[in-house]
Amino acid sequence: MSNKYTEDDLREELKTKEYEYGFYTDIESDTFPVGLNEDIVKAISLKKGEPQWMTDWRLEAFKSWKEMIEPEWANVSYVKPDFQAISYYSAPNSKPKYDSLDEVDPELLATFAKLGISLDEQKKLSGVAMDVVVDSVSVATTFKRTLGEKGIIFCSISEAIKEHPELVKKYIGSVVPQKDNFYAALNSAVFSDGSFCYIPKGVRCPMELSTYFRINQAGTGQFERTLVIADEGSYVSYLEGCTAPSRDENQLHAAVVELIALDNAEIKYSTVQNWYPGNAEGKGGVYNFVTKRGICEKNAKISWTQVETGSAITWKYPSCILKGDNSVGEFYSIAVTNNYQQADTGTKMIHLGKNTKSTIISKGISAGKSQNSYRGLVKISPNADNARNFSQCDSLLMGNDCGAHTFPYIEAKNKTAKIEHEATTSKIGEDQIFYCNQRGINTEKAIALIVNGFSKDVLNKLPMEFAVEAKKLLEISLEGSVG
Amino acid sequence: MLKIENLHASIDDKSILKGINLEIKAGEVHAIMGPNGSGKSTLASVVAGKEEYEVTKGTILFNDEDIEDLAAEERAHKGIFLSFQYPVEIPGVSVTNFMKTAINETRKAKGLDEMPAKDMLKLIREKSELLEIDRKFLSRSLNEGFSGGEKKRNEIFQMAMLEPKLAILDETDSGLDIDALRIVANGVNKLKSKDNAVLVITHYQRLLDYIVPDFVHVLYDGRIVKSGGKELAHELEEKGYDWIKEEVNA
Ligand SMILES: Nc1ncnc2c1ncn2[C@@H]1O[C@H](COP(=O)(O)OP(=O)(O)OP(=O)(O)O)[C@@H](O)[C@H]1O
Ligand SMILES: [Mg+2]
Repeated sequence: MSNKYTEDDLREELKTKEYEYGFYTDIESDTFPVGLNEDIVKAISLKKGEPQWMTDWRLEAFKSWKEMIEPEWANVSYVKPDFQAISYYSAPNSKPKYDSLDEVDPELLATFAKLGISLDEQKKLSGVAMDVVVDSVSVATTFKRTLGEKGIIFCSISEAIKEHPELVKKYIGSVVPQKDNFYAALNSAVFSDGSFCYIPKGVRCPMELSTYFRINQAGTGQFERTLVIADEGSYVSYLEGCTAPSRDENQLHAAVVELIALDNAEIKYSTVQNWYPGNAEGKGGVYNFVTKRGICEKNAKISWTQVETGSAITWKYPSCILKGDNSVGEFYSIAVTNNYQQADTGTKMIHLGKNTKSTIISKGISAGKSQNSYRGLVKISPNADNARNFSQCDSLLMGNDCGAHTFPYIEAKNKTAKIEHEATTSKIGEDQIFYCNQRGINTEKAIALIVNGFSKDVLNKLPMEFAVEAKKLLEISLEGSVG
Repeated sequence: MLKIENLHASIDDKSILKGINLEIKAGEVHAIMGPNGSGKSTLASVVAGKEEYEVTKGTILFNDEDIEDLAAEERAHKGIFLSFQYPVEIPGVSVTNFMKTAINETRKAKGLDEMPAKDMLKLIREKSELLEIDRKFLSRSLNEGFSGGEKKRNEIFQMAMLEPKLAILDETDSGLDIDALRIVANGVNKLKSKDNAVLVITHYQRLLDYIVPDFVHVLYDGRIVKSGGKELAHELEEKGYDWIKEEVNA
């Protein structure tokens, strides 16, 4: 049977499959010299016109960071970044903010178009306001007025530091302290920009808030800082999506996201992550070391939903501190690894209040020579009476050279806790593929179908239009990988 | 429609089919019977294009075209359908979604646009009624947690949706209760025409009471050792296979 699409053909195609979104946008940049010291931290703060308290806060973080060492407990191996070889600031040259998209650098818009990201009227009409972050500085904000009418603040964090210092001062570092961990400390010292969002009491944000992050400048690390505050009884759904141009040297990304859900508030935070994963030989790719954490006050709820298909190394544990009684934390995750990608991701659910509830659904898909680990902690503190957790961790393997690992940690210090954990590992079988083939579905499409089915519980949690993009991403990242 | 000549096939160097000759013409119903392990399912898989089996000798012609080099999905596009003896589970993929994908992939292969949602719905309604399938059933994950009988009925539903030229039914009767057997068989009969053909693999006469074969073949140790009319099935039901084995070994 000569012209059959064999496993070897598939492997071959996988190797030659260039990163779909690998291209580079040339926007004149204003970039700092490489290296990190107190002066650089001060210069970043100065460049951004920050008040003294912010500069001091950064310097304090920098002092802690210098004393810290990079963590090694995750199930990943990589060449450690040289933190003195990175430039810590890079801003697009055309600095002033734009009122409309027409004013935005057309090359940037072309880049977005290539990505299939419609930063256009359509999206605006469909009710998505966007705060676009290109290489760390916001260049466009839309829908501000509509949001403004409801008292919603959605702007860059730099702007918030200037315009709403009382909110920023009160909440920044309140969930992820400066010295929380190595990467969070680094971020606190040098964060360049990011998004800020405040939903006032009792307000339901009328649209999905969305930010597209991009890493766009050779050799610049990206240190985003996001702060979302949902005041009492409010609701917001926040979308974060990213892609990055293809690049040879490793790029470091160490973001911090802090969510604050006050009494009876709800925050839904969805991420689609598609940074450059490196080539078929495992060269290049983004190092993604992110700290994401939210705190729930009474009756509040935080849901993290993530679709992770990119990056060479992912180190990421979106977590919930369930401080208030009856608060709810959720974590829904799809993590795909292919070729030489390594992902160590999961969540921490910290139950402090009574009757707190958490749900964890993790779907790991590994192909090629990749390693995919779920790492989760469910912690029930002594005062958390009647806390409940349900965890489900499923792994899907494609081929024999990849790995799936599950590291569930449970610390229950209250006897009334109810904790359930389920885990499965399966392989896409030849029989499944043949069954699909027999019905006229080719192998590539069959894999997409099976993977989408496997991930359905999580895809269903994404806002509609995001789910469509996520499905496309799953297909792209697994194209040609079958075993 | 289907013409198999001196077909030899093996898996992992183990020879299973050892010279099959079989011709099925449009409008005909053929039945294949034979002891466990004689190669019935293997024959079905080889015709459908399962890659694990290696065809070592012989040819398979489908509408006068040698299909040896066609992938399984290409054979499906040409109208070959296999109702599996053991249908496979695909978690998270609904029956409807699966059928939609199958139909549209087949249409794409033929250079047609996707089937409009309206037509798709109509088709689903029509065929699920034919097989008396509850529509709620169609939103469940394909074969996951289906009872044995439900799986078989679902296979025939898929056949009805895809309207193949040649349908190979591998032990579709096993697992079906008496009423379901009648419903499924009626479904198959309604879909029959002078332009298509059915190959039924079964161990029992009861299915052949409904789907009446024009020819019955006995497969034994990788060969068709006896062929006859529908009365051969009755004879087998009565006497078992020993007399045939004796004939062969003599
Ligand atoms: N993948 C395989 N590896 C090894 N042997 C196989 C494989 N597939 C089939 N066989 C062998 O080939 C022979 C024929 O199997 P096949 O499934 O075609 O039988 P069958 O006639 O359909 O039997 P039954 O009536 O029990 O369904 C059996 O001995 C079986 O064990
Ligand atoms: Mg069989």
